[in-house]
Amino acid sequence: MHELPITESILKIVLKHAQANDVRKVKTIHLRIGRLSDLQDEWIQRYFDYLSKGTVAERARIEIERTPIVMRCNACTASYEWEVSKMGDVVCPACGGKSSTLLSGREYTIKEMEAE
Amino acid sequence: MESIRLIEVKEEILSDNNKTAGEIRERLRAAKTMLVNLMSSPGSGKTSFILRTIEGLGGSLRLGVIEADIDSVVDAEKVAARGIPAVQLRTGGFCHLDATMVTQGIDALDISGLDLVIIENVGNLVCPAEFDTGAHRNVMILSVPEGDDKPLKYPLMFSICDLLVVNKIDYLSLSDFNMELLRQRVLALNPRIKILEVSCKTGAGIEGWVDWLNKEAAGFKV
Repeated sequence: MHELPITESILKIVLKHAQANDVRKVKTIHLRIGRLSDLQDEWIQRYFDYLSKGTVAERARIEIERTPIVMRCNACTASYEWEVSKMGDVVCPACGGKSSTLLSGREYTIKEMEAE
Repeated sequence: MESIRLIEVKEEILSDNNKTAGEIRERLRAAKTMLVNLMSSPGSGKTSFILRTIEGLGGSLRLGVIEADIDSVVDAEKVAARGIPAVQLRTGGFCHLDATMVTQGIDALDISGLDLVIIENVGNLVCPAEFDTGAHRNVMILSVPEGDDKPLKYPLMFSICDLLVVNKIDYLSLSDFNMELLRQRVLALNPRIKILEVSCKTGAGIEGWVDWLNKEAAGFKV
């Protein structure tokens, strides 16, 4: 639901880097977004197409790499992946521990872009 | 045809918002005012909870409220009727508050002399979790009728909060809500979170919340 302001931020950062690098045309933008985020990839592209009209980033393709939710068990220190979509409890598969620390899954970064 | 270049960006998408949020935290810290961001789904009892908070504090902390709603001023009017300074931010369709909107709320509220400002965020368990509001503490309300499986569905929200208030415990006997299971699920995602059980209807547990507020706000006076 919050894809519009997120996309505005993406465009702003992309245009800043485009200007600094004398870019004529942005081709592809690579994002890294953690699976804990509920962003809908399709809406990011749609909003981007709309917002970027008339800029050097017009028609750029957005590629989203989803980083997994990785937890570390506080009991045995094993790391494991947790999938939100399965709606399962957060339990360490190695020892059954029910207390874990989040290692990754909250990424929200523009990694790089391809441009002419 | 020109060759394609790879430009390294490595920038946080929300860096502007995070910067503004950091400025809010510093500004309020300097003013000795604690900012609390209150989040929940619609209908979990946020406004009733704030009204109970006003009663419970009984003037022990000078409180101000920033209300966010998609398009109404009803909540702020209820709070202002209790003599508490309140500002209503109409988000105009936005599903969350960001740090810039909170700055506007703080400017409109006049925080001088306030010990505590509570932001009543837009009722939504998804978007508000993604945007740092500049609050010093994040608090979430989950009401019993919503179910004990919510941490599995909205893990981000549960993972960013300092305190979880389980409201409407007067409904417990009418539902299959499993409090122990909820605690396990929440603590698995966020071992440092504190969990309080309250009922805004009966007033049960409000004292524990008020104690927490008083204790946390005292840290801002030094």
